[in-house]
Amino acid sequence: MFADQTETGEVDILEANLRIKPKPKFHIAVYQNVIRFAKNKPLAFSGGVVLAAMIVIAFLTRYAGLAPYDPEQIGVASKFGGPGTDLILGTDQLGRDVLSRLMFGTWVSLKVGLLSTVIGISAGTIIGIFSAYMGGLFDLVVQRVVDSLMAFPPIILALGLMAALGASDRNVIIALIAILTPGATRVVRSQALSIKELDYTLAARAIGATAGRVVWKHILPNVMATYIVLITITVGFAIVVEAALSFLGVGVPPDVPTWGGMLQLGRKYIDVTSWLAVFPGIAIALVVFAVNFLGDGLRDVMDPKLRGR
Amino acid sequence: MQQYVIKRIILFVPTVLLVTLIAFIVMAVLPGDPAIAILEGDGGGSYTAEDLEKLRKELGTDRNVFVQYGSWIGGVAKGDFGESLWFKSSVMTELGGRIPVTVELAVLATLLAVVVAVPLGIVSAIKPDSPLDYGSRIFTLIGIAVPNFLVAVMMILFLLKIFNWLPSLGYVNLWEDPVQNLSQMIFPALALALYEMAFIARVTRSSMMEIIREDYMRTARSKGLSEKVVLFRHGLKNAILPILTISGWQFGRLFGGTVVIETIFLIPGMGRILIEAVQHRDFPLIQAAIVIIGIAIVCINLLVDLLYGWLDPRIRYA
Repeated sequence: MFADQTETGEVDILEANLRIKPKPKFHIAVYQNVIRFAKNKPLAFSGGVVLAAMIVIAFLTRYAGLAPYDPEQIGVASKFGGPGTDLILGTDQLGRDVLSRLMFGTWVSLKVGLLSTVIGISAGTIIGIFSAYMGGLFDLVVQRVVDSLMAFPPIILALGLMAALGASDRNVIIALIAILTPGATRVVRSQALSIKELDYTLAARAIGATAGRVVWKHILPNVMATYIVLITITVGFAIVVEAALSFLGVGVPPDVPTWGGMLQLGRKYIDVTSWLAVFPGIAIALVVFAVNFLGDGLRDVMDPKLRGR
Repeated sequence: MQQYVIKRIILFVPTVLLVTLIAFIVMAVLPGDPAIAILEGDGGGSYTAEDLEKLRKELGTDRNVFVQYGSWIGGVAKGDFGESLWFKSSVMTELGGRIPVTVELAVLATLLAVVVAVPLGIVSAIKPDSPLDYGSRIFTLIGIAVPNFLVAVMMILFLLKIFNWLPSLGYVNLWEDPVQNLSQMIFPALALALYEMAFIARVTRSSMMEIIREDYMRTARSKGLSEKVVLFRHGLKNAILPILTISGWQFGRLFGGTVVIETIFLIPGMGRILIEAVQHRDFPLIQAAIVIIGIAIVCINLLVDLLYGWLDPRIRYA
């Protein structure tokens, strides 16, 4: 019908406009969104930058030998050397380089934190969607189990699991998954329940869409924002729990440098020197603030309904 | 109300049973064979088949899993959690004396948190965007983000460096020497309370800000009531409900935090013995500590729910 109107010329302009402004390509759209995010949420954006920098440092330390010394090498310089004496951040009680140990600690913290969060929240999301979609007995049982798991303070459950499984970084990840999954299940389930009742889901089911199609095409895309936000706001928590477990000496084995383990040494030698406690403390605080700011910002932009959680 | 109470209690029973089941599964099923896990330790120590048989009998793991759970839960119902492997005595005698210490720490922390956070939140809500509000919001941000073990270590560091003084770490019974006890407990409680303080301050602020905009607040002002009466009788009375719920829930969560704080400040509570038990793989003791904490929290949540329903009729009929 528009073809008849081309004589007037107006539609041409309209079409020309449409042609001039095509949908931006994916990488340009991402770039534009990042710029807008940086402008609207500068704090969250800087959190993201810090986190990205830490991830880069972690990878370079692990795979490209960025650290100036071997973190296990004893007697790099004299014991308890303060920062700036021989080495940038000084040495610990065995004369090991604090900076190198911190850099390797970054790898452990981020690896454990990110892996456990992604797996835990993904598992929670899948279980939550199924629980909401299937309803009935399955839903009831899942919700009771979630309630009971969430009755335990996270660190207590983690301690029990670590005792049962033994201290190693793999087991810390398993313990964290067990802690993180129930919460995500609960959040995603309630969201999926409300999506299930919306007209478009109902319409899809009315025209005979299979359960798989409804979940895949209608429910899953609509919980994606929640999923991404949950991951970002949970990473900080996961890193803190790992640090707490290593601090208590039941997480990652003490021969692996971790921020939590280094803080524990700092606490032990606190009357000798305060630096050993200060640097891992700063590292933990920095990553937690960065992740929290980023998570809060993403939440405000992507899923305001989660505010206050 | 009666219906509400019944409904809550019906939900409560399976949760308690599941809590015990989870604790049982974690400690008795997950390690595969707890006896092997204990004997091998982390390093894979050597042992004979006889040792293994003996330990299995001692642990009771030579029996069927369901029988094990049945006999364990029967004991739990009577307050008998079996024998500790590391301390070689009854789990209950080891734990019993430590429970009050942890409860004292948690109560003290909750009190500190509420006493500081509620006024802070109210002032913050009454005068939004004032310097005090900004200060309190920054405090909230820090308090929620920084983990308690870091707060505790930094607290010790500051006391040591700035005042060149540390409270004598350890624990004296509250009834024997109240002053010494409080001087030992106040800093751990503060380190433990910081998160709760920040959290409660945030909830108080947002809850109070919502209430301030309500019609009945304007009505109360327009009929000439003094600002104090408006704020406290009309405002706080309504804002207090979510604060109460959050404080109740947080009280339960504090038992997790005590583990770390007790270890740092050398307080002989439940958390510290739990760490020792984890390090020595003392399964019965860990199991008992987990179950006691889990059930305590489920009970606290039930009480909070009931209290909430009693205070706010809207909940009962929802």
